[in-house]
Amino acid sequence: MRRFVLIAIPYVWLLALFLVPFAIVLKISLSDAAIARPPYFPQFDWAEGIAAFIAELDFENFVWLTEDDLYWKAYLSSLKIAVISTFFTLLAGYPIAYGMARAPEEWRPTLMMLVILPFWTSFLIRVYAWMGILSNEGFLNQFLMWIGVISEPLIILNTNSAVYIGIVYTYLPFMILPVYSALERLDGSLIEAAEDLGCSRLTAFWLVTIPLSRTGIIAGSFLVFIPVLGEFVIPSLLGGSDTLMIGKVLWEEFFSNRDWPVASAVAVVLLLLLVIPIVLFQRNQQKQQEAEQ
Amino acid sequence: MTASVFEPWNDPEAKPLIHFQNVTKRYGEFTAIDNLTIDIYEREFYALLGPSGCGKTTLMRMLAGFETPTEGKIFLAGQDIAPVPPNKRAVNMMFQSYALFPHLSIWENIAFGLKREKMPKHDINDRVEEMLRLTRLEKFARRKPHQISGGQRQRVALARSLAKHPKLLLLDEPLGALDKKLRQETQFELMDIQEKTGTTFVIVTHDQEEAMTVASRVAVMDHGKIIQVATPDRIYESPNSVYVADFIGDVNLIEGTAKLNGSEAYAMSWHEGHEPLTVKSPNAFSDGQKCHLAIRPEKVAISAEKPADADNAVQGRILDIAYLGNISTYHVELPTGAVIKAQTANTRRIARRAYTWEDTVWLSWTATAGVLLAD
Repeated sequence: MRRFVLIAIPYVWLLALFLVPFAIVLKISLSDAAIARPPYFPQFDWAEGIAAFIAELDFENFVWLTEDDLYWKAYLSSLKIAVISTFFTLLAGYPIAYGMARAPEEWRPTLMMLVILPFWTSFLIRVYAWMGILSNEGFLNQFLMWIGVISEPLIILNTNSAVYIGIVYTYLPFMILPVYSALERLDGSLIEAAEDLGCSRLTAFWLVTIPLSRTGIIAGSFLVFIPVLGEFVIPSLLGGSDTLMIGKVLWEEFFSNRDWPVASAVAVVLLLLLVIPIVLFQRNQQKQQEAEQ
Repeated sequence: MTASVFEPWNDPEAKPLIHFQNVTKRYGEFTAIDNLTIDIYEREFYALLGPSGCGKTTLMRMLAGFETPTEGKIFLAGQDIAPVPPNKRAVNMMFQSYALFPHLSIWENIAFGLKREKMPKHDINDRVEEMLRLTRLEKFARRKPHQISGGQRQRVALARSLAKHPKLLLLDEPLGALDKKLRQETQFELMDIQEKTGTTFVIVTHDQEEAMTVASRVAVMDHGKIIQVATPDRIYESPNSVYVADFIGDVNLIEGTAKLNGSEAYAMSWHEGHEPLTVKSPNAFSDGQKCHLAIRPEKVAISAEKPADADNAVQGRILDIAYLGNISTYHVELPTGAVIKAQTANTRRIARRAYTWEDTVWLSWTATAGVLLAD
């Protein structure tokens, strides 16, 4: 009985907080928009019965997603932004994680703290701070003009560059932590062994350090890629009119157009797209656990 | 027969493969290696023996190139190797943790060093197969390191470090992770492989039995200094200091003062009211000089009656008997309070043992059985 309760708790949790909301979203995505409250049709009515209710549902909204090129362009553009920013996050995060793992033992908790510290401030405030830094009269431009590198302010805010900067900044800890944990476990004598067998520092890094931190790199990349794909706040605050991301489209459908059924269809497709990387991520974690045993 | 004796260290013509010249290594205030000069000859199996922290690992890491001497020079085949980085040295190392690459198969681990040399593919194949045969690992070539046993991993590490034909192979506590039985078997395997390949081996160990078994010469170290370098039998039979005598095997140390008594013979008075001990020693001592007699337990005989013709005989009471199966060690307390260990082979069954606890017995030894050492 106790065992049953223990197993039941997480399942009830998932059912109530994930499966039921998903079912509701799925149902809305199959409905039609209506000028009403709530703004969709049909509503379930006990008098008419389930059969009549289901007969009213259709895939119209999903068909619409394929007809208007806005949607697949937004999906593709999100994919592109997610891939590029994951790459840059890795590029920035790996050296930091490497430095942390090579730092003296007594420094590591402090460095770890510094990586996590930004989470203590609201995410929204930190993104607004970037607006202050990147705008035409912002700190970055003032500094660059003061040291004389540029004479005209750079236009960064409201472009894709600002979006990339914001994403790399925000998601950096998610890359650093798994890579760090992989590098910290790395036995230093393996590098010495590689050098002893004829590797230069660089080839030893390439042939030993990188392959042995692979699971960390994969885990970190997915932890960045998955949330960035559906990111809404960063592109809407830092991006410009030409920044096309599916999270933004979703928001506009929902709040500007008040077309809940289409917005729900966009969300369902996004979720289905994300299932692939999530499954790959899980598999990577599993492999890592097996390797550790 | 004499021609086949391998002892280049006695040949003034022989050129050492490795020459440490007044090498000192300091870490801040701490001196790990203290003005050390040694020679290691080609084809030698040289053991660095000492307690942890004595500097033996630092010495080895300097040979591998992971540490540079603070002062002094190291020559390999006549060439100063200070400016040569580890990846350019004809020296390979077998790490204590083995340091096998977990993401590569056994085959790829052994081939790792060869591939760095840009060796042609079929030559790599041949060489790896040869190493697999030498270490009897043919069946495991496709496995990953975590899929084989500790003993097999040890052999992979050896094969990998030998694959590049190093002039010098360094072994850092190579058998430390193996259980006793496997360790003893592997010691003989190591000697076989060393003989077959003709490579010079330098082994670091804190296990004196291991050093004695495998090495052609043993260097006993303490606090960054070499205390004695000699063949295992000389280290055991004629240690040059109390430290070496005490570190290698079991020993009884009796303190006293020396007095010349004939040619190379001394009368050592060790306790008032007791006859002085008769000791032969090639080392010279002045009259009244403080000294220690170091005598191995197996060279002390035990008997119920006072032996008639013994050079030295003392009476005592059996305090303890350590029964080890093949031998027994008797701890005998002398009237002075000192405890002397005597070892005898158990040639008779235990029920017929002649002495037991609290028995009064005589301990005796010859004048040449012990070594007289200065303080």
